[in-house]
Amino acid sequence: MKTLNLAAAAAFGLIATMATADGVVAPADVVYEDGAVEQSLTGAPGNPANGPDIMNKGAGNCIACHEVSALADLPFQGTVGPSLDGAGSRWSEAQLRGIVANAKEMFYESMMPSFYKTSGYIRPGDEFTGKAGSEPLPPMLSAEEIEDVVAFLMTMKDE
Amino acid sequence: MKNIYPLTVIASSFLIAFGAPAMADEDAKLVVNGEIEMVTETAAPSHLEALDTIYSGWTFRTDETQALQMDDFDNPAFVFVDQAMDAWEKVEGSAEKSCSACHGDVMESMKGVRAVYPKWNEEAGEVRTLVTQINACRTEQMGAEPWGYTSGTMAAMEALISVPSRGMPVDVAIDGPAQSMWAKGKELYYTRFGQLELSCANCHENNYGNMIRADHLSQGQVNGFPVYRLKNTKLNTAHARFKGCVRDTRAETFNPGSEEFIALELYVASRGNGLSVEAPSVRN
Ligand code: HEC
Ligand code: HEC
Repeated sequence: MKTLNLAAAAAFGLIATMATADGVVAPADVVYEDGAVEQSLTGAPGNPANGPDIMNKGAGNCIACHEVSALADLPFQGTVGPSLDGAGSRWSEAQLRGIVANAKEMFYESMMPSFYKTSGYIRPGDEFTGKAGSEPLPPMLSAEEIEDVVAFLMTMKDE
Repeated sequence: MKNIYPLTVIASSFLIAFGAPAMADEDAKLVVNGEIEMVTETAAPSHLEALDTIYSGWTFRTDETQALQMDDFDNPAFVFVDQAMDAWEKVEGSAEKSCSACHGDVMESMKGVRAVYPKWNEEAGEVRTLVTQINACRTEQMGAEPWGYTSGTMAAMEALISVPSRGMPVDVAIDGPAQSMWAKGKELYYTRFGQLELSCANCHENNYGNMIRADHLSQGQVNGFPVYRLKNTKLNTAHARFKGCVRDTRAETFNPGSEEFIALELYVASRGNGLSVEAPSVRN
C-alpha cells in the first residue's frame, strides 16, 4: 500500500503526508512542516471526550509533566512542562498535532517524549519492563488517540 | 536557598515561567542524633558546570520523611545496620575469618571509607564500588561466596560501613586512573535512553524541584545510599535505583554491578562532592 502511495505521490509531485487505505498515516510517513502536521492522522476529526483519559493514566500520561486546570479533579499534575491551559488559543490544530506526535520537531531537544515515533532510540525497551524491545516499537499513542488529544487541546481556549 | 527553581527546559525555543514548588521547608537543617550536622546544600564541585548549588535528596522530602532521618532510633535503616553488625563478626569461608578479624572495630577502621567510594584500586587495576570491594574481601581474603550486588545482606553491610563516615564530605577522586571511567559515567548521565528519550540530566539537572506526577524531583544524588524507602520497606542500593530510573524511560536497563553502572555511580557520586555522607538515609 505504502509503495503504491509513494508511486502516486511521486507521479503527482505531492509532498503531503501519506495515508494508508484505512486513512491512517503510519508514524514513519508523517510529514512535519515547521513542527506542524496539517493532515489528520486518521483522516477524520478526533473525539475530545476521550482526551482526558488519555492525558491521565492512559497511554499519554501528559499530566505527569503538565498542569491542566480543566482536569483539576485529577491529582498529581506535574510541573516539568508548561501549563496546557489555553493551548488551543496559542497553537493551531496542525501545530498541536505536530507537538503531540513529535514535540522535538517543534521544540529543539525537548524533554517531551515523541508519542508517534517508533524507531531511532538508544537502548529501546519493551515498555516499562526494563527488557530490550525491538524496533519498530509500537508508538506510545495511536493515530486515533493523538487525534482525540488534539481535539481536546483545541477546546482549551483562553477565557 | 535561592535558585532552586529549575533552569529552563533544555534549549527551549521559547521562555516558559515555571510555578514549581521548591522545598517543603527551605531552612530545614539536618542534624542527626542532635550531633552530626549534615551539609545538605553547598556549592557545586567545579567540574559540574551546569549547577551552582548541589542539594541532598533529603532536602526534597516531606517534613515527616525528613524527620525520620534525624534520629537513629526513628530511622528504620538501623534494623539492618544491626544485622550487618552481626555479619561483620561472623566467621565465613575457607580462610575462617570474619570482617572484624582483619578490620577490627568497624566504627574506627571504616571511618572515611564511604566518603571516597567509588575509588580506583591500584592492585586490581579497576574502579571499585563499596560493593565490589566488599565482595573482593569475601572472595579473596575470606574464601567466601560473594553477596548479590543488590542483596539485602550487601545493602546492610554498605549501610553499616557508611555509619562511621556520616557527616564527612563526599570526596570522590575523578582524576588519575579513574578519569576514563568517570568520563564514561558522564556520557551515560547525559544520554537520552529509551522510548521516552530521557537522560538522568533531563530529570535531575534540568528539572529538580519540579513535580513529575506525584514525585518531587531531586538532583538524584547518591550521598544517602543505601537508602531505606518507605515504599518498599527495605534498604535500596544506588544501582537498584539507577536500574529503576533507566527502566522508567522505557529503556533496556543495565545490570547492577555492570561496568556502566559502576562508571555512572562514580560520576554521580562526584556530582555530590561536598555534600555530607548521609547513608543510611530515609526516602519515600
Ligand atoms: C516528560 C515530560 C512531558 C510529557 C509526558 C508531556 N509533555 Fe508536553 N511538553 C513538555 C515540555 C518540557 C514542553 C515545553 C516545550 C519545550 O520543550 O520547550 C511541552 C510542551 C507542550 C505543548 C506546548 C506548550 C504550550 O505552550 O502549550 C503542548 C500542547 C504539550 N506539551 C502537550 C502535551 C500532551 C498532549 C502530552 C501527552 C500526550 C504531553 N504534552 C506530554 C513535557 C512533557
Ligand atoms: C523520568 C524522570 C527520571 C529520569 C530520566 C531519571 N530519574 Fe532518577 N529519579 C526520578 C524520580 C521521580 C526519583 C524519586 C524522587 C527523587 O529523589 O528525585 C528519582 C530518584 C533518583 C535517585 C535517588 C535520590 C535520593 O536522594 O534518594 C537517584 C540516585 C537517581 N534518581 C539517579 C538517576 C540516574 C543516575 C538517572 C539516569 C540513569 C536517573 N536518575 C534518571 C526520576 C528520574
